[in-house]
Amino acid sequence: MPTESSKSIFFQGVRDSAPFILVMVPFSTLFGVVAAEAGLNVFEAVTFSFLVIAGAAQFTAIELMRNDAPTLIVLISSLAVNLRMAMYSASLVPYLGKATLAQRAWAAYFIVDQTYACSILKFDARREWTVKQRLIYFFGVAAPVCPPWYLFTGVGAVVGQAIPESFALDFAIPIMFLALIGPMMRTRAHVAAGFVSVATALIFAFLPYNLGLLVAGLLGMMAGAQVELIDSRRAERSGS
Amino acid sequence: MIDKGELWLVMILLGLGSFTLRFAFLGLIGDRPLPPWILRHLRYTAVAVLPGLVAPLVVWPEATGGVPDAPRMAAALVTIIAGIVTRNMLLAIFLGASTLYGGLYLLG
Repeated sequence: MPTESSKSIFFQGVRDSAPFILVMVPFSTLFGVVAAEAGLNVFEAVTFSFLVIAGAAQFTAIELMRNDAPTLIVLISSLAVNLRMAMYSASLVPYLGKATLAQRAWAAYFIVDQTYACSILKFDARREWTVKQRLIYFFGVAAPVCPPWYLFTGVGAVVGQAIPESFALDFAIPIMFLALIGPMMRTRAHVAAGFVSVATALIFAFLPYNLGLLVAGLLGMMAGAQVELIDSRRAERSGS
Repeated sequence: MIDKGELWLVMILLGLGSFTLRFAFLGLIGDRPLPPWILRHLRYTAVAVLPGLVAPLVVWPEATGGVPDAPRMAAALVTIIAGIVTRNMLLAIFLGASTLYGGLYLLG
């Protein structure tokens, strides 16, 4: 087998993640619009996307700040949404753990759902790749995903400032979140986590400082983990 | 309106915090495995936080002063069902937004 050039590996990454542009562009534009509606200027909106690059967490933070939630609650809730990044980080260790500290730091910054999903599939399929080849592929995957994220946040922020109030944009955030949540409902455990979260959040909505959301997150997580445990035991017993 | 001081504080701390989560294992902890029960809980964080965040916004919408409202409720149901059935985020947004504007147009 001919050895692959760095360039060809980089462009394999670009090609594999290019379809995500179709999702990233409208998603980041929408974040820009929502940020503008919440009073952020273009520079602030783009800086937000640049520093955080995590859509769901960014929407969470904006929504809670708009409702005057205490800063600590804003941070805890948004970081909780991002906890999955720590799982991604852990699962990349066998493939990228031997890279230099600076390389690992750069790669860490670019860990998002899309870059993780593409890379982990590829790394598993191409066990013979060196750490260097893996890094090149990873940055190739990030290229069509992350820069458009910043750029179209800016576009959205410009557009958002021009949209009149009568467009019922108050409901853009709920629709956005619901559209994110639907495809997450992969197993009974995910559905259980979601239902417990909704019920708890509504019951504890009276708590001050949006503490109801923290209770909902905690109980939802426990519900998901419990149902997963029950279902995996059942699967074992049925001998599959 | 969001206070600018708070906004920058949140942006910087959330940026640092998100980076720390991404760097945690790759950079610092190495390949020592996490206990399975922690991983099992981590898997459900997003799906446990986001529905709880959105539920009060749907049931008591801000734009109506907290009064439940048919077009918004219908739009929410269509969006979540479309997302579950099609697994397509953009299609779900499109169908939800169409329901919202259709409903607002029909019901005033």
